[in-house]
This record gives sequence, structure tokens and C-alpha cells, in this order.
Amino acid sequence: MFRSYLKIAIKVLLRRKFFTVVSLFGISFTLVVLMVATAILDHMLAPYPPEVNQGRTVAITRAAMFGERTMWQSSPGFRLLDRYARDLPGAERMSVFTSGTQAYAYPNGSKVNLSLKRTDGEFWRILQFEFIEGAPYTTEDVESASMVAVVTRTTRERLLLGKTAVGLTAEVDGQRFRVVGVVEDVPRLRLIPFAEMWAPYTTAKSDSYKAELLGGFNAIVLARDRAAIPGMQEELRSRLARAELPDPKRLSTLVAPLESTFEALARTNIRSERSQSEQLWLLMVGGALLFMLLPAVNLINLNVSRIMERASEIGVRKAFGASSRTLVGQFIVENLVLTGIGAVTGSVASVVVLKAISVSGVIPYAELHLNLRILVYGIALAGFFGVFSGVLPAWRMSRLHPVQALKGAAR
Amino acid sequence: MIRLEGIEKVYRTERIETVALANINLEVREGEFVSVMGPSGCGKSTLLNLIGLLDTPTSGKVHLDGTRIDSYQDKALARMRNRQIGFVFQTFHLIADLSVVDNVEIPLLYRRMSASERRRHALEALDRVGLASRVHHFPTQLSGGQQQRVAIARAIVGNPRILLADEPTGNLDSRMGHEIMAILKDLNTASQTTIVMVTHDAQLADQTTRILRLIDGRQVN
Repeated sequence: MFRSYLKIAIKVLLRRKFFTVVSLFGISFTLVVLMVATAILDHMLAPYPPEVNQGRTVAITRAAMFGERTMWQSSPGFRLLDRYARDLPGAERMSVFTSGTQAYAYPNGSKVNLSLKRTDGEFWRILQFEFIEGAPYTTEDVESASMVAVVTRTTRERLLLGKTAVGLTAEVDGQRFRVVGVVEDVPRLRLIPFAEMWAPYTTAKSDSYKAELLGGFNAIVLARDRAAIPGMQEELRSRLARAELPDPKRLSTLVAPLESTFEALARTNIRSERSQSEQLWLLMVGGALLFMLLPAVNLINLNVSRIMERASEIGVRKAFGASSRTLVGQFIVENLVLTGIGAVTGSVASVVVLKAISVSGVIPYAELHLNLRILVYGIALAGFFGVFSGVLPAWRMSRLHPVQALKGAAR
Repeated sequence: MIRLEGIEKVYRTERIETVALANINLEVREGEFVSVMGPSGCGKSTLLNLIGLLDTPTSGKVHLDGTRIDSYQDKALARMRNRQIGFVFQTFHLIADLSVVDNVEIPLLYRRMSASERRRHALEALDRVGLASRVHHFPTQLSGGQQQRVAIARAIVGNPRILLADEPTGNLDSRMGHEIMAILKDLNTASQTTIVMVTHDAQLADQTTRILRLIDGRQVN
């Protein structure tokens, strides 16, 4: 029976080629957009190196001090992190590092612009970078303010350091660093680990950062397990509630959410206790469904109009023993064939688009690809799409009275 | 075999009520070849649709083998049509996208049957109507007479006990009409298939075992 359904589905598709092409374009285009968006989100948020422990890693990337009429908000400062975020109960490791800053180098007289992060030694133990040369600097290097650095593969080329850079010196922002390690490039969308060069935070030109509650730094905390995270968040809130603020008359509260990258992206109000991650998740799913609605409605419309053409066939099938339920099944299968073809073309087009984005450098160091997870999402979406856009026309078709259908009139 | 008691069929719209059939009492015995005659719009096709379980009467009872079936639900009616009844229509109603053999297989799609068995039965039915050489053609590649023979093959492929033919020769020239009539007569005599045929052609009706005449939705004999 399935073979017969398949045969008729393909014939029906070939019968009205223009409509079929329009339908397929709608399905494929929708899938391409959704799959590319999913691939970018996956690239940004999934637990890939160096963020292999992402499931139990939380970060402090924003902080605010406020009173009744005043509010200061920025990234947290070193003092906030050093004094209040260390040794949280349930934390296995903690690292502080600067937000990426622009640094300049002039190899052979040409200007090179680099993103530089200054970190502690724990940074390299929480994040698992892929070293292609050398090793990371250590906590001892940080404590002794050694002028050492880790660079990416691309930075090694841009600074003209040759095929092996370890041991060589690079002058960046007027400081001379000895390269101790070279890592694979990190995608720009990996906000926490991303930089093109890393050096100990103690190599900063001034140590004024040590007194600041706000500005310039981030922290990541590796929890022993996910269950420990709420306790850590509560402890940090409690510590910050007791923090000494620089101007107690105007500023009464210090907040610095400890949260996952997704929660940080979803946060719209730093004062609220919880991030709006559920809302963002719902918004994304809702947006995807809404985006799918247009081609789905188009497909429903085409399918309903095709019923008129197929009324006689429906009448014949009913006369010869097809129940309404059987016909609904047949029509959904036919629709799934169409969306299945759309899924295949959409997947192929997604691969091409993702490759083009990766090659173009629009997202620096991005290597976007369709992995099995995204493919499964895409196929699930196409399946949902197929059933969703097939059910209403199938139901209408199955309701046709056989006598009316044989006369060729859809009711 | 088929018994209709006090059948009435009324079509109602907001403004108008049309009585298509009134007080029809009919019994068709197993193996009979009954023709239904009457002017256009007298309710012949409506009667055939009621016998064929494609439509339900407004009032009255439809019995098949002594069982009242007019109140059956969609699924049971579909099963009954699939197992017991075959249809031949004036305009053939072949599916243009499917080959001859695929068209003939349609009734068997709704039975538990393997694809090879389905194909075997379809080929046998086509052989019976003399179209074994046209199995992979499409309906539009055949003449009207050939298309009606395909429709007969489709109607008999599931070995139904009842064949309902609604003006099966209406769209054919007289030579082809006689060919089709010969096939129907052969089915009736050789396989004891009960046939109810709507026709305008008195010559054809004379070849059947009984003629039922309708005028304005009423039996006149």
C-alpha cells in the first residue's frame, strides 16, 4: 500500500510542477533558515572544546551597583570576583580573566589587530583548549607576572612567528611576550574562551584593576556537578548583599548573576533574580513555529485546492473500500513525501550555506556544520511540518461524500 | 440477497426539498441481472448509490443477506463495499496518474494482501476482460471501450458478489457497448455475480433477467 501511495504522491507532485516547486522552495527555504540558525546556536552553546564542561560551568559576565536613583552596570571588576566569588561551596575551580580587549602588533611594520584576554592559570584547567604547540602558562607564571602568552594558530601566522612559535617573542601593545603555547583557533561566538592571544592578567600595564568592583573582568566557575549550581548562586547573592559599596548613600545593592551562557544571553534585567531563559527558549521555539507557519499555510492552501482536482479519485477510492481514516493516512503520507523531498533539499542547501558562512569569515573562526543533532532537529521539524500541513486537507478530503466526490465536486 | 424496504431519499436545501426516491421496495436475488431504466433524473443513479452503500436513505431499510446495513458506520460500510460490491461507472473514473494494472489493484489495496498477490489478481482480472496486453498503459492511452474494460477489471478484481454498473455503455459507441454487455453477461452467467445495471438502452435491458422501471423516483412495475 505504501508503495502505491508513494507512486501516486510522486505523480501528483509532477502533475503541477510549478506548485510543487513553490511548495518545495517554501519548505526548503524555511528549513535552511531554521537549520542555519540552529547550527549557529549549536556552534555557540553546545559543549564543544574548549568548553567541554559547559554543563557544569557558570559565569559572571555582568554586574551592577544601584541605589534608588543611580545604577552602574558593566562587566564585573577584579575586586568583586576576587573578594566575593572565590571558594563558593560546590565550586571545583574558578577562573578570572579580562573581557577581550583590542591589542595591536606591528610585525614587519604592518599593523595587526588582536583580541587579547588576560587570564589566570585556572583558565586553562577549566577550558580544554587544543594545543598544537607548547603548553599553557601556569598559576606560578601568573603570580610572578611572567611575560608569557598563548596564541592561536592564526595569530601565529599573523605575527609572522613561523611554523613553531614556542620560545619566540612577540611584541603586542608595547609589551614583549614569550610564546609558550599555540592553540587551535577559537570561534568568535564562543564568548567565554574566545581571544586571539592570552596572557597572565598580572601583566596588565597598571594594577589599578585590583581595586575595582565593576569593569573589565569576567569569571567562570566549574561546579562539582549541576546540582551544586543553585547553592553557589545563593551563596554569591548572599555575599554580595553584605558587600561594602563605595558610595553607600547613593548605592545600596551589588548584583552579579552567576549563570550559564544561555541564561546570560536571555537576561534582560540584571536586577531580577532569575534570567529570562525560559522566555527566550519559548521565544525561539515560538519564532521557529511562526516562521514555519507561512509555508505551512501555503502548503495547506495548495493541498486543499488539489482536493478539487482529486475529488473523482477520492470517490473511486471510497467506492472501492477506502475508509475516511485510510484516506487521511494516504494524504499525510503524500504530504510527508513532499516535505521529505523538501527536507533533503533543505539539508543539502543548509550544508552549502553553512560552508559559505564559514568560508566567508562573516563569523570569525566559525566552522559551522550540520551535525547529527541538527540534522535530527531538521528532520523532526520537516516531519512536524508535513503532518501539520497535511492534517487539515486530509481531514477535509476524507469528509468528502463519495457520491459528490464521484461527481467531481469537493464540498 | 439485496432487499430495500420503503426506501425514501430526499435532498434538502434551505429553500427546496427534492424527493429523489419514494417508497422503493425491491428484492434482488443472488445471481440476478437486473436493469434499472427510466428517464433522466428519475432516481436511477440514486438507487444504485443506495444499493452500493455510497449513500444512505432518508428513511427505509437496506438489507444485505438479511442484515440491515443502512445504519453502519463509515469503516464498516467501507469494508462492506470492499468485500461485497464492485462498481462500474459511466465515465470510467480511472485514475489518470496510475497505469492500467495499478488502477485495477485499487480495491485490493484496502485488504491485507501482499503486493505480488495483488499484482497476480489484477493481471488475472485484466486477462478476463481481454486487456492482458495493456497492463502498463495509462488510461489516456486507451480507447473508451478499453477504459471501461479496465473499470470492469477493477470492479471484479476482488471477486465481489454484487456488481453495480451505472450506465456502463453510456459513453461508448454501440459496438463497444455490446462488447461491454457481453463481458457483464459472462460475469453473470459464469461467476454468478449479481448485477444491477442502470441503462437507457432498451436493447441492453432486454438482455437482463429483470427490468425495474422508475419514474419520478417511484417504481412503476
